[in-house]
Order: sequence, then structure tokens, then C-alpha cells
Amino acid sequence: MPNLQRLKNLSGSASIVGVAESDSLGKVPEKSPLALHSEAALNALNDAGLQLSEVDALFTAGWSTLDVAEYLGIQPRFTDSTSVGGSSFVIHLAHAMAAIAAGYCEVALITHGQSGRSDRAPIPRNPGAPMTQYEYPYGIIGPPISYAMACRRYMHEYGEDRTRQAMAEIAVSTRKWANLNPKAYFHDTPLSFDDYHDSRWVAWPFHLVDCCLVTDAGAAIVVTTPERAKNSRKGGISVLGAGEGHDHSMISQMPDLTRAFGRNTGPQALEMAGVKHSDLDLTMIYDSFTYTVLVTLENLGFCPPGEGPDFLADQVSAPGGSFPLNTNGGGLSYTHPGMYGIFTIVEAVRQLRGEAGERQIDKHELALAHGTGGLLSSTGTVVLGRS
Amino acid sequence: MSPEYTKPVPVPQPESDHYWEQAKSGKLVFQKCSDCDSVQFYPRILCVACSSRSLDWIESSGKGTLFTFAIAHVPPHPGFREDLPYITAIVELEQGVKMPSQVIGIEPDPDLLHIGMPLEVVFEEISESISLPKFRPAE
Ligand SMILES: [Zn+2]
Repeated sequence: MPNLQRLKNLSGSASIVGVAESDSLGKVPEKSPLALHSEAALNALNDAGLQLSEVDALFTAGWSTLDVAEYLGIQPRFTDSTSVGGSSFVIHLAHAMAAIAAGYCEVALITHGQSGRSDRAPIPRNPGAPMTQYEYPYGIIGPPISYAMACRRYMHEYGEDRTRQAMAEIAVSTRKWANLNPKAYFHDTPLSFDDYHDSRWVAWPFHLVDCCLVTDAGAAIVVTTPERAKNSRKGGISVLGAGEGHDHSMISQMPDLTRAFGRNTGPQALEMAGVKHSDLDLTMIYDSFTYTVLVTLENLGFCPPGEGPDFLADQVSAPGGSFPLNTNGGGLSYTHPGMYGIFTIVEAVRQLRGEAGERQIDKHELALAHGTGGLLSSTGTVVLGRS
Repeated sequence: MSPEYTKPVPVPQPESDHYWEQAKSGKLVFQKCSDCDSVQFYPRILCVACSSRSLDWIESSGKGTLFTFAIAHVPPHPGFREDLPYITAIVELEQGVKMPSQVIGIEPDPDLLHIGMPLEVVFEEISESISLPKFRPAE
């Protein structure tokens, strides 16, 4: 089990000094995934005021760090290709902190780049693996159908109509935030509750607008010691708490369809940071689907199981509401290349720095960012604060 | 395999050969631990409840209930395009294990499908060596 006393000593021992996306997001067929990694890396280093030659640790998922480091022309002294789905990059941030605190490295670069929209080549899987052997033959393939089955179980346990209302609240509030973010795919496209209910089915109970985008995009994060952060261009954002883990791979093996691993990583990250849910000014939740947000808020302990629909009622999560949530417009309405987790941190850092423009939240001291990977399989949670 | 069968076909592994062989002969089997009596799906070389390597095969009654479902309206793989919309499910067998499958023999209408509804196994032959256990509403 995690040693919370030792984790508390680790709290704040690394700082985020650079965050960025690739030059362009959305439909970018003219750039390869490695080009997206590299653009984002250079932009994040520029944000930090650091050079690529100063990077001594590399973290990525989807691609091997071998490929990314070679393409960038760097020779890292700490390397981590942990790849457990879209949560990976949140997990990388915790790993970077541990590596920096242990002395393995000083400047860690986390990169992501994926052409989800333009490069539809499916990720090859071992045909004898359990998922391909037992689920794929039934057409239980990919996130929408798997998450939809978890959602249907949630509806059975807690009520279909209130679940549906919560999903609509999330779709609509997230779009309102996207309408304030010039980089958002749906910046210029509003979404009403009627639009939500009229949206076509993808995998019942999911409408099209319950599902995240599929885009081309990259993002990167630069992490260093608190000492070096002081002299960085914009100062550091402290990593105060973290948790990670997973409890299954394919959806039919999930121990409890309405309780993902955030039930462990949320409380751990908050306790390590020494803060409560009510202390948080911003919550960034990987919204692969509207339902993912609903169930994740419960799993993380923002409200008891089954009470998410009450917690989210009346657009509290929209701009101007009492619970700022996914203020970049999320995977639902901003961008989602396939493994979105890194973007939750990019936005949290921008909000904490006070550089989020029209969508800037008023109080911005403390944020939580949470990634979910695979088929509700893995989670990573971090708590971030202004240094 | 018929040349027009374009969906993914299971590739049995040493620990699952028996499962697929039995399915081919119309039997649904799963593992039961001889040390702790836990049942499990899918076949492994150890019991996930107690780590014992002492596992027996037992035959399912073929009866179960609908634990959850979804209805696919977009094909996740080209082979499923002609089947749309189709019902994917997790089925809870009478002896306690849960397994992924499809529900067939009923309209893919969410109002007709109820969590807990009784189901029974049927086998769909998809190749010379593979029959897929699927489920239909039970009497
Ligand atoms: Zn056992």
C-alpha cells in the first residue's frame, strides 16, 4: 500500500514550468504524430524558458520514448513509456516528481502527439489477448460500447432519467466553456439541451454528443525542481498530490461497473496534498464521455455514489457556476486526439497561472486533474497548486 | 470459416483451448477453484481469488441474467456494419461468473431489454473450430 507519510514528504517536490499544445489542433493531416509531439515539446520548453538540450528525462505513451527521444535528438537519463491509456500522462507527472526527488533527473519532458482524426490505422493487438479473444468477437470493441455498458448499469442502479439529465448537464456546460476557448474545436458552435437530446445514437445510451471528439493534436509538459522553477520564465506550479492505478483491462472484467479506480487515486492525491474537495478551485476530469465525468466525480469523492446527478444539477459546472469543471471545453468540445489526459494538466496550469483569457476563473490557487485510461481501467489523479 | 465472415475470430490459447473446444460441442464451461471454490471467467492458469493453480472445469447450466447492455449504432469494426444495431451485453451466469456476449433473438430496443431479464445460451458457429456462445431471452 502507498506510504502516505512518505508521500506527504514528497508533496511539492517538483514544479511544472512549461505547458503547451502543438501549433495547431483539430484537423492536422499534414503533420505526423511525432511532429505533433515535437511541436508541443518545443512550445512547452519555450513556455518554460528552457532548451531542449537541458531535458534529461522523457515520458510518453502511445509511442515509445525510444522513438520520441530519437526524433527530438535527445538522450534522456530517465525514461518512462508507461502506457495505460489516456491517463498515462497524469501518471507520468507523478513519476517525474518521484524521479526528480530521487535525483535521477532535473528537467523532465512529458509529450503526447496523436493523429486520431487523420490516422485511423487501428492499434494492433495480440489476437490471443483476452480482450481480442473474448470481447472483440461480439463487437465489444473500443471505448463507446464499453463505456455505454457501464453507463447502462449505472442507470439501473441510480435511475435512468436522472443519469440522462446529468449527462446533458455535462455536455451543455462543457460546450459553454469551449465557446470561450479560441482553440476549441467547437468554439463557434453552441449546444442546447434540445440539441443534446436530438443528437443521434452512437452506442445507446450514448448520443453522439455524449462522446468525445476525435482530433489531431499534441501537448507537452516540462517539470523540474522547485529551485529551478523559481528562475523559470513564468514560475512553477507545484505538484502537491498524486495517485495512480488500475483494476482491469476489458470492461467485462471491471470489478464494479460504477466504481472506477479513482475511488483510490482521488482520496490519495488529496490526502498527500493535505487538502479537501472544498478547497479546490478547478476540477479537470478526462471526459471521454459525459458519463465518465459523472461517475468519476463520485469515484473521487466529490459526492456519494449515485448523487452525481444532484451534484451537477442546474449548470453549476458552466462558466459563472459554483463548480468550474473542464474549463478548456474538454475532450467533448475542445480536443481529443485519443489519449487526452495531458490536456487536463495543460489547462489546470494555465488557470492556476491566471492566463486562461476569457474563461479565466476568479479564484485560482488549487486544481485537481484526473485522467482515465483504457475502458474505465486506469486512473491518475494529481493535485496542483500555485507555488 | 466462410469467406464472408469478416468479424474478429477468437484465437484460442493453451489455457483456453478447452473452453473453445467445449463451446464447439455446445457446452459453456468455466473454471472453479478446488481450493477456495471461486468461479472465474476467463480461463487462466491461476485462481484470481486465492492464487491457487488447482482449477477444475465445470459446465454452466447455460442460464443467466442480463447484467448490463449497450446497443451499437456505429460499427466499431467493418465486420459489424451489416448487423447494426446490435446488442452487446455482460451476462451473469447462474453460477456467478460474468461474461461478455451478445443478446440475440430480440429487437435492439432499450425498452424491451431489462437488467436482470433471464437469458439462455445459444451457440453460433462462425468457423470450423469456433462456436460463439451468445444469449437469447429465456422462456
Ligand atoms: Zn481460489
